[in-house]
Amino acid sequence: MDLHQLWTIISLPDNVPIVLLMIVVPFYTWYALRQAFANDRLIAELEANPALAKTHHRKTQPWKPGWAKEVHVWPYLLRIEFLAAIIVTLILMVWSITLNAPLEEPSNPTLTMNPSKAPWYFLGLQEMLVYFDPWIAGVVMPSLIIVGLMAIPYIDANPLGNGYYTFKQRKSAILTFIFGFIVLWVTMIVIGTLIRGPGWMWFWPGTTWDHNRLEFAVNRDLPDIFGVKGRIAKIFFGAIVCGLYAAVAGWFIHKLIAGRSLVIGKWKLIKEQPFNQKIFKRMSLLQYVVMQTFLIVMLALPIKILARLLFRIKYVWVTPWFNV
Amino acid sequence: MAEGNGTNGSGGNGAGGTGDNGAKKSPVATLVEGAKAVQAQAVEEIKALKQPEKTDVWKSVLRVKHDETPRSRALGVLSNVFLHLHPAKINRDAVAYNYTWGMGGMTFYVYITLVFTGTLLMFYYHPSKVVAFRDILYLEHDVPFGKLLRNMHRWGAHLMVIMVELHMFRVFLTGSYKKPREFNWVVGVILLVLTLLLSFTGYLLPDDQLGFWAVTVGTNMARATPLLGHDGPFGHQLGMTPFNDVRFGLLGGSIVDSNALLRAYIWHCVAIPIIASAFMVVHFWRVRKDGGISGPAPLQLETEMKEPKKI
Repeated sequence: MDLHQLWTIISLPDNVPIVLLMIVVPFYTWYALRQAFANDRLIAELEANPALAKTHHRKTQPWKPGWAKEVHVWPYLLRIEFLAAIIVTLILMVWSITLNAPLEEPSNPTLTMNPSKAPWYFLGLQEMLVYFDPWIAGVVMPSLIIVGLMAIPYIDANPLGNGYYTFKQRKSAILTFIFGFIVLWVTMIVIGTLIRGPGWMWFWPGTTWDHNRLEFAVNRDLPDIFGVKGRIAKIFFGAIVCGLYAAVAGWFIHKLIAGRSLVIGKWKLIKEQPFNQKIFKRMSLLQYVVMQTFLIVMLALPIKILARLLFRIKYVWVTPWFNV
Repeated sequence: MAEGNGTNGSGGNGAGGTGDNGAKKSPVATLVEGAKAVQAQAVEEIKALKQPEKTDVWKSVLRVKHDETPRSRALGVLSNVFLHLHPAKINRDAVAYNYTWGMGGMTFYVYITLVFTGTLLMFYYHPSKVVAFRDILYLEHDVPFGKLLRNMHRWGAHLMVIMVELHMFRVFLTGSYKKPREFNWVVGVILLVLTLLLSFTGYLLPDDQLGFWAVTVGTNMARATPLLGHDGPFGHQLGMTPFNDVRFGLLGGSIVDSNALLRAYIWHCVAIPIIASAFMVVHFWRVRKDGGISGPAPLQLETEMKEPKKI
């Protein structure tokens, strides 16, 4: 256990934001879900008791008849904003006094930094470079993330949960977003910052960064494993495998979106979701196709990662122009 | 307007020389009499200053009365150029921290801090390969509070990225992107991207190893852009070389050098802040126009779900 190495990584000024991220993201997730579950309990209560639903003010916050539903911005909001500004200034001041911004040697194109890392918020994408070619990890993926985020309001056909925390009424949406934000985005950033060492090799926290370490890894292409030879055959093989993946993943995702159960043999993989069935009926064809496309691509990410880690597969689809 | 002209009289009749009407009086007595009149008026005006809100100067600055009436409280917000984006009144539960986490507002505040510290930093920085690094050393060691300035700018930038991400997380979890706020979510995503670009372009400016290699790694992705990069799929077939592809356009060259430094500087200090400010204006304006902050709204029940409108 090399605690010194661990401390060197954690206390690196530029890594402090990631340490902060590792604290605030779980905190705010808990903070939001706690309110969501409180609201869900109230929803269950009101649904069981329609008479109460008619008279209840429908919030977990206290309210009594006669209380004003609105308060003056001055002073009730402005004093909070003023206080927040002071607190943020204080935090920033203390942070800036105690920690110095990093400054390395003057830039030198002949001396490569090892590891040379992108700024922390792009480390998720840099980590993707291990599993995908740069045109996917660096260009296609970021573009799809941006467009996908923009598409969210237009493909979410669920009208419930507008303006309050809830989990029960938006299970699929919330789980998908948490998967994308926390599992794919934040975790990849944490791995890229704290775990990747020289040569972008995997160093568990507490192990020494050995600059001379060699990793013996033979990554193979999927067509070679199956003994597919010849350029044309490989192109078709890869296209078929990718198409097959899209079909299976799309079928699986369809069951989730449509709220149908999925039973293979004696395993019940997906439970029936009557609520999802209702929302599915509200979706237009365009909404459905866009949602399927983004979810299939999103799911491809962890699947390719697993294929690399478990089976040492480098490329699935090999062509003279691009590799996937 | 009529009731409170506290500053009685104007400067005209203040001075002592009111005239020669009493010719018999000695000059000394005239002077003493004049001085007494001035004194009396001065005392009166100083008394009036104990109620500064009744002076013309005060009224000219603040335009409306600031007393404890609801009307004045509303006008105090609505008639103020900095505060008028706020409504006069808001949902009583929205002021609690637990709903919004204050992340959007604090992000904007950090952005203002960054514009402020960034402007000060620009006084000491030349975006040129020879002096950029030396400027940072100068800033750190010789400029009064230079180190604090740079630190605040650096950590403020990191803080802003974290806050923007948490703001998006909150907006998603409260379903605030739903009708009628769909488009404002899109504007928000653009602002997220602009925040990341702002931070990234600033990374190169110290011209040290950290920034240089981070930007080298970052822009090397651009060479792999499909169709538009010389290493990307079908780039070669479309005639892309290191000297005409999208990466060349970003860097102003085929390597990260002085042109790249200048471009990063201009994007960082001029172009992206202006673009981001424009989108922020739209973002805040739309928050108001789309019905203010989204909640905490009354819970909707599944049984009350309305049928979707058919187009």
